[in-house]
Amino acid sequence: MLALLNFYMSIVAIENLCKTYYLGTLELPALRDLNLHIKQGEYIAIMGPSGSGKSTLLNLLGCLDRPTSGRYMLGDRDVSRLDDNDLSAIRGSRIGFIFQSYNLIAQLNVIENIEIPMFYRGLTEQDSFQRARELADMVGLSDRLKHRPAELSGGQQQRVAIARALANDPLVILGDEPTGNLDSKSGAEILNILNQLHKDGKTLIIVTHDEQVSKKAQRIIHLLDGRIERIEHNDHQNKGNL
Amino acid sequence: MFLFRLKRTIKLGAKSLWMHRLRSTLTALGVVFGVCSVIAMLAIGEGASREAQEQIARLGSRNIIIKTVKPAEQRTATGDTDTMNVYGLTYSDAERIRKTIPQVKQVIPMRRLTQRVWYRNRQVSAEVIGTIPWYPEVHPVRLRLGRFLSSIDMDYQQKICVVDEQVIEELFVVDDPIGRDIKIKNVYYRVVGMVTSTGPMQITGQAQNSAPTSAAAGGGIAGNIYIPLTAFKSSFGEMSVQYSGGVRQAEKVELQEITVMVDSTDSVLPVRDILDSLLRRFHRKKDYQIVVPLELLRQAARTKRIFSIVLGSIAAISLLVGGIGIMNIMLASVSERTREIGIRRALGARRRDIIVQFLSETVMLTLAGGALGIGLGSLIPYLITRFFYMPTVITGTSLLLSFGISGAIGIAFGLYPAYRAAWLDPIESLRHE
Repeated sequence: MLALLNFYMSIVAIENLCKTYYLGTLELPALRDLNLHIKQGEYIAIMGPSGSGKSTLLNLLGCLDRPTSGRYMLGDRDVSRLDDNDLSAIRGSRIGFIFQSYNLIAQLNVIENIEIPMFYRGLTEQDSFQRARELADMVGLSDRLKHRPAELSGGQQQRVAIARALANDPLVILGDEPTGNLDSKSGAEILNILNQLHKDGKTLIIVTHDEQVSKKAQRIIHLLDGRIERIEHNDHQNKGNL
Repeated sequence: MFLFRLKRTIKLGAKSLWMHRLRSTLTALGVVFGVCSVIAMLAIGEGASREAQEQIARLGSRNIIIKTVKPAEQRTATGDTDTMNVYGLTYSDAERIRKTIPQVKQVIPMRRLTQRVWYRNRQVSAEVIGTIPWYPEVHPVRLRLGRFLSSIDMDYQQKICVVDEQVIEELFVVDDPIGRDIKIKNVYYRVVGMVTSTGPMQITGQAQNSAPTSAAAGGGIAGNIYIPLTAFKSSFGEMSVQYSGGVRQAEKVELQEITVMVDSTDSVLPVRDILDSLLRRFHRKKDYQIVVPLELLRQAARTKRIFSIVLGSIAAISLLVGGIGIMNIMLASVSERTREIGIRRALGARRRDIIVQFLSETVMLTLAGGALGIGLGSLIPYLITRFFYMPTVITGTSLLLSFGISGAIGIAFGLYPAYRAAWLDPIESLRHE
């Protein structure tokens, strides 16, 4: 009963999720029977040594990949068996990605980069431009709208990426070591923005090695060998923030 | 919605092509030259065929031309070359044709000779044509001044003549030619009319082996002078003597040419066969030749088709090479932009969106190349006409065709790179450096 309730409360619900890679006849299990429920507005950090399945989990959560078995509910939809087309649409509308290496498109300026997800969702030019400006404003880049990524610092680029991730108002924001390439000052800036997003009620799932990041999270999920090793709760941190 | 997406895709593609200006230009060059050659070749082919068709059409599509041809040299056993050589079409041939074949509307017998023609102290070499008053009904001469020959001129063997423009240009610099006398072989003829002729006999002379007289004339024939056939006969006779290598050779030819006009183009070929059998009965030797402009016209159409196929395949090959060049560059561009593709896929782009993005870039590139090629390609025929005096015709269809082809090449050679891009694994491409 509680599990069912939990299931319905969750914005991300993973049940018995397995991902196995095959190298010829060799089976390489990357994730084994993972169960995880994440509620709306939670701030989750995923940690673990390399090879523990962090990236695989992130790819699955981001609908870039499909699980070998198990179920993945994102919002009210079971996305574990969708085809490529639907997965693309889900990625565009329900997930916001923040990458370690920012992954901005070099030919496009700040505004255009932020507009990409809205373009694929089919927003009109005026609407998406309007929204992109608001988002740029929000991350403090309103004076850099026409700059190319190469003309921005790492921290600024990551802020563009965050704005882009927010473009379609996704259900979850997935971060893959968002501060990994940044110096501590820019990293702190990014963390502040993430905190702000958390306060605004966004659901954040961040893969990180950075203690600074994980300290802010409500739950830290430690992965090892494709399994959840332990889950750490940071309740005091939250109380302090809220 | 769709249009709006397309508009943005095009904007995006244009931007990305503009980013790599040099590469885009070099890539498009293949199509530019391909389209250029298509247009130039089609223009040359069309020009050549149109010229040929005009020349043939000037001979008249309802006409059948029978020409006297010197039969193959047959020396007598004694080696006596001093005899009279009688051959060719005769007045009775003309009469027989006119009377026996119902489809025949008009029969125009003709004699001709190249002669020196004098007016005062000016002289020029011209083709003197003896014919009958109905000549203009069959041949494309238009009366400009005065009158053409009349039946009275025929009956009285009047020494009058009608001259064409070229002769006038050469002989009468400022004088009004009408009423003047010109001297042809010691006989004065009064000019009664002037025609503009487009000179079909010169063209037949070039296209076919012409009658011996005009062949002997050599270059520098100014134009045509028309005189009554009867007057021609009385002043020049029917004999001509040639000296070759000290041997005197006399020939007797009554008519050099008979033009037969039939009632419709449908009867041209049947009448040709009737004429052939009719003439064969009265000519022991094959001393005539039947030329059917209609047939030439059809032949020209066939030739044109072959010509077009040959030129077309050359152009097609160059377009193919251009297309392959484009595919090559697009494949390079896809692998160079793998990461961008991964990013776009992660941000919600479907495979279809990626295909459309790359395909539209390729098509834009080829269409731009096509447009440039059309510009350049239209210039080339102009230069050819200007410097090599070869007629060229650029048809609207050839422009549309080459533009369409360049678009088609964009799609054909863009599809594979676009599919490659769309089928990249998003995770892999995001990791790609």
